[in-house]
Amino acid sequence: MTISEKIFAAHCGRDSVKAGELVYANLDLVMGTDVTVPLSVSVFNQIGAEKVFDNKKIALVNDHFVPAKDIQAAGLSKTMREFAIKYDIQNYFEVGRSGICHCIVPDSGLVVPGDLIIGADSHTCTYGALGAFATGVGSTDMATSWALGENWFKVPPTIKIIYKGTLQPFVSGKDIILHTIGKLGVEGALYCALEFEGDIIDELSLADRFTICNMAIEAGAKSGIIKADKKVLDFLEGKTNRKFTSYSSDADAKFLDVIEIDVTNLEPQIAFPYLPSNVKPISEVEQIKVDQVVIGSCTNGRMEDFRAAAKILEGKEIAPYVRLIVIPATQEIYLQMMFEGLLNTFIHAGGTISPPTCGPCIGGHMGILGENEVGLYTTNRNFKGRNGHLSSKVFLCSPVVASASALKGFITDPREV
Amino acid sequence: MIKGNVHKYGDNIDTDVIIPARYCTAFTEKELAPHALEDLDANFVKNVRKGDIIVAGRNFGCGSSRENAPIAIKGAGVSCVVAKSFARIFYRNSINIGLPILEIDAAVDEAENGDELEIDLTKGNIKNISKNKTYHVPPFPEMIQEIINLGGMVEFAKRRIEQKKLQQV
Repeated sequence: MTISEKIFAAHCGRDSVKAGELVYANLDLVMGTDVTVPLSVSVFNQIGAEKVFDNKKIALVNDHFVPAKDIQAAGLSKTMREFAIKYDIQNYFEVGRSGICHCIVPDSGLVVPGDLIIGADSHTCTYGALGAFATGVGSTDMATSWALGENWFKVPPTIKIIYKGTLQPFVSGKDIILHTIGKLGVEGALYCALEFEGDIIDELSLADRFTICNMAIEAGAKSGIIKADKKVLDFLEGKTNRKFTSYSSDADAKFLDVIEIDVTNLEPQIAFPYLPSNVKPISEVEQIKVDQVVIGSCTNGRMEDFRAAAKILEGKEIAPYVRLIVIPATQEIYLQMMFEGLLNTFIHAGGTISPPTCGPCIGGHMGILGENEVGLYTTNRNFKGRNGHLSSKVFLCSPVVASASALKGFITDPREV
Repeated sequence: MIKGNVHKYGDNIDTDVIIPARYCTAFTEKELAPHALEDLDANFVKNVRKGDIIVAGRNFGCGSSRENAPIAIKGAGVSCVVAKSFARIFYRNSINIGLPILEIDAAVDEAENGDELEIDLTKGNIKNISKNKTYHVPPFPEMIQEIINLGGMVEFAKRRIEQKKLQQV
């Protein structure tokens, strides 16, 4: 069996399952946010549920439209807060003690290897970086899961991607996953699990692995998953005392496809509008002027991302008329950035710091693009109109490309600044 | 039996163009329907008639997990979405809220904007009346068909809750 098949088997009380089977499986965590929870609350009431399956296995995170962007958004958080109080939800993350769900949830020790997790947010696949099977669902699925502690799944086939070679300086997990999505296409892994492995994955930091698993959905995948190793155990140290099982795929596991990618010649990658698969290496990108640069999100809002980005900006100023918006993914990261002096670097360079939020990534608030404006974001999607005016355009990149480009005012190779 | 005219779109129609996040502080059909597909086809809501059918290419509904997307489409009066493939969260969400969806290549390739389709969901037949052609869609797996038959996940979950209560007795 593959890792994913083993996790499903363990959660439906069977010795083995096969890709393609429909199963009911028990859930270790059901996660939702201010934008998806209120509809779930309404469905939860409609189905006549009297209690939640386990108040410790539900996470409710204020992140999308917070701090409340308008009266309606305030209403969404209020509904979620009232639900949390009513059912005594143990993992409720309030503004000021919160962060972007896919960073705060693993950082709070709510994910361990071997878990089966659903979240009413498409980037829930991020948690696969810790060896869990995690996938996005909608609000109705979340509501019924709150009540039942289980849901139905089709066990996905797995595509294995093996990364080899030597990673060059200024090339990161973001470039690896953008390149991979470019190869697979936005539906290349539809309904499948993507299992990432190889020497390169072993060498990468957890931050880079989170980035890679986070964007599995952009290739249509149900989940991204990486076998847990010592780095995962170190990460979990002190965060949780839950017992867990780390799974790895058997030697004779059946994969739908096995793809080898040599990253030795991989350059920083840029995804052009309007698809994350519309990827080019930076050497093929002509001079593209940018109006706004965003560094943050569930994809690239971690300490490692900000350290790398700040290094390029240290003692420098960004180009005139360019806006740089920096968004620490959690309050903890915000504080750490302060301790390390990164806030100084970004602010002196001319950037502005936003509190943790999804904000501009979904075109919610904290930096919406105007007519014909061009954004360069470290986020995960660049669909038409997603980040602001229908005529605006967003290019996706890594944190170091974002920094270098903010300095120059156009998309810039970080190796040249 | 479903009968309506085709509104045809391409591949990778994402949830951001189906219903942009700026409207996602709401989640009722009434509030979302006036903005369905607004960023893809500004005339869609004006042109769509109750019972009409969206026909699209591959990976329909890719992107966000927002259930607001199928709710907006259903609220606009669309009776069924026929596509070559669906993004998986959109697929689940549609079935859960009782928006019929069908996955098929040929019927999509041969349908044109404005064609009249007649769909028999129980038999899985799509008839393109304008082209005088009939297509067959393979049935859903039993568990999914049961959710569809109950009109969505709400009724299905109610039964499952009752079953579990009985198991515990």
